[in-house]
Amino acid sequence: MTDALSRMLSTRDWILADGATGTTLFNMGLSSGDSPELWNVDAPDNIRALYRGPVEAGSDLFLTNTFGGNAARLKLHDAQDRVAELNRVGAEIGREIADAAGRTVVVAGSMGPTGEVMAPLGTLTYATAVQMFEEQAAGLKAGGVDVLWIETISAPEEYRAAAEAAGRVGLPYCGTMSFDTAGRTMMGTTSVDMVKMVGKLDPAPLAFGANCGTGASDLLRTVLGFAEAGATRPIIAKGNAGIPKYVEGHIHYDGTPEVMADYAALARDCGATIIGGCCGTTPEHLRAMREALETRPRGDAPSLDRIVAALGGFSSATDGTTDDGPKRERRGRRRGAGAG
Amino acid sequence: MADEEEEIILSDLDDAELVEQMMDDLYDGLKDEITEGVNILLERGWAPYRILTEALVAGMTIVGKDFRDGILFVPEVLLAANAMKAGMSILKPLLAETGAPTIGRMVIGTVKGDIHDIGQNLVTMMMEGAGFEVKNIGINNPLENFIEAAGEFDADILGMSALLTTTMPYMKVVIDAMKEQGIRDDYIVLVGGAPLNEEFGRAIGADAYCRDAAVAVETAKEFMARRHNRVSA
Repeated sequence: MTDALSRMLSTRDWILADGATGTTLFNMGLSSGDSPELWNVDAPDNIRALYRGPVEAGSDLFLTNTFGGNAARLKLHDAQDRVAELNRVGAEIGREIADAAGRTVVVAGSMGPTGEVMAPLGTLTYATAVQMFEEQAAGLKAGGVDVLWIETISAPEEYRAAAEAAGRVGLPYCGTMSFDTAGRTMMGTTSVDMVKMVGKLDPAPLAFGANCGTGASDLLRTVLGFAEAGATRPIIAKGNAGIPKYVEGHIHYDGTPEVMADYAALARDCGATIIGGCCGTTPEHLRAMREALETRPRGDAPSLDRIVAALGGFSSATDGTTDDGPKRERRGRRRGAGAG
Repeated sequence: MADEEEEIILSDLDDAELVEQMMDDLYDGLKDEITEGVNILLERGWAPYRILTEALVAGMTIVGKDFRDGILFVPEVLLAANAMKAGMSILKPLLAETGAPTIGRMVIGTVKGDIHDIGQNLVTMMMEGAGFEVKNIGINNPLENFIEAAGEFDADILGMSALLTTTMPYMKVVIDAMKEQGIRDDYIVLVGGAPLNEEFGRAIGADAYCRDAAVAVETAKEFMARRHNRVSA
């Protein structure tokens, strides 16, 4: 157990992660459609400010500004040849801020999805995906991250590819999926499916969980699903601060710091160990979340009704883990062929 | 497959049974069976437009509904869309020949910085299935691409898609540029993508937010009908 996150997990029963990256950078003047990763080199002071936000608000862990730092995504900005550089520099700035914090702060190297559909449905082969993630992971490692942080993944194969890449570069990793479609990922993965998938991975993640998706209440329903499925590894909850609204030229998420404080305490009661925000979560939210985690007593896992009462309704009636979801009666004459 | 319970010979089915089976096969994403079914109906003298609407569009409507309701997910819908595409590739040239009615014309693309085109590809398929002419301009489009394509294609509808919170504000950049050029009201602007919602669509000045491909088709039809009423009034 040599890495910083494993050490932290062995001594603490909750860890506060960070909040939003993209929405924060917009508020610093990043133009919509531009690559946030280019700022690691072109506007490093903004990235320092981005990282300092959660550190000063009390986060124990923050993610690097490298979410879209794989070759498939950087290609859009004609920066596919700069994967190693942009990831390394994004990590180096993170290291600098974390090491100046005066306490242990974990630097987690963010690796978002490639944006492509994996074969056979799409064109991205498993081997190519591993290669792309490995290139990014190597850059992050060179820049000194403590752990790799795979996030917002929809397809299990893509998660596996990123996990394999982490193993190849020899770094521990965490990985979260985005459950944004009727309680499942876009590709249909349920919370229970993810627990099963993660259980088979070698190397296994230090922690796994959910990020982004729709609202904070949906995310907690997913966390409950992980816990009920008998997850043995620490669970990550990184939910959005409400839903996005467009206010005076900016994206504003409607979840208040008070709501996110409730969310953080509830997330811990649901069984999460690493708790943070995603889109729209500002340092102000993080401060309120830290205070809630420090001052509120731990409780039993909340009922779905209590989650709704605190954070608002779910985006779908069920999350695909029970049999009472919507169904279609099939005639099913060609049984061997389809789902039937 | 080995565990198939019953071999179905499509050409043995009567028209009604065949259409029902094609809707099932579309649901299951069986491309070859759809190709065969379309060819059989053509041989039996069905008009291409009738095959399109009664078999393919009807089948995709069920797929769209079940996607909306969380019964099907992206992998199944992509398979169904591929099967639909196989059928469309036979029908498209025939439809052009027979002058089948076009409901409207649409340009669709993913905004600058966004690579995620699953959603817009589904919308393209469903819109074509519903009788729209669609020009899909792909991923990562700066505003000039949208505006030029909409002009060149003589579009009625401009569709923009974004999956990321970092790219969704760009939709407003495009709409603002259209306003500046005085062409905003020449088009019905529809927006979609996972992080969006109705309020966001309104706030950036789009005509509507469409939560999925099925809703996009319904919304587009509604707006086209309104537009026709306005023109004829």
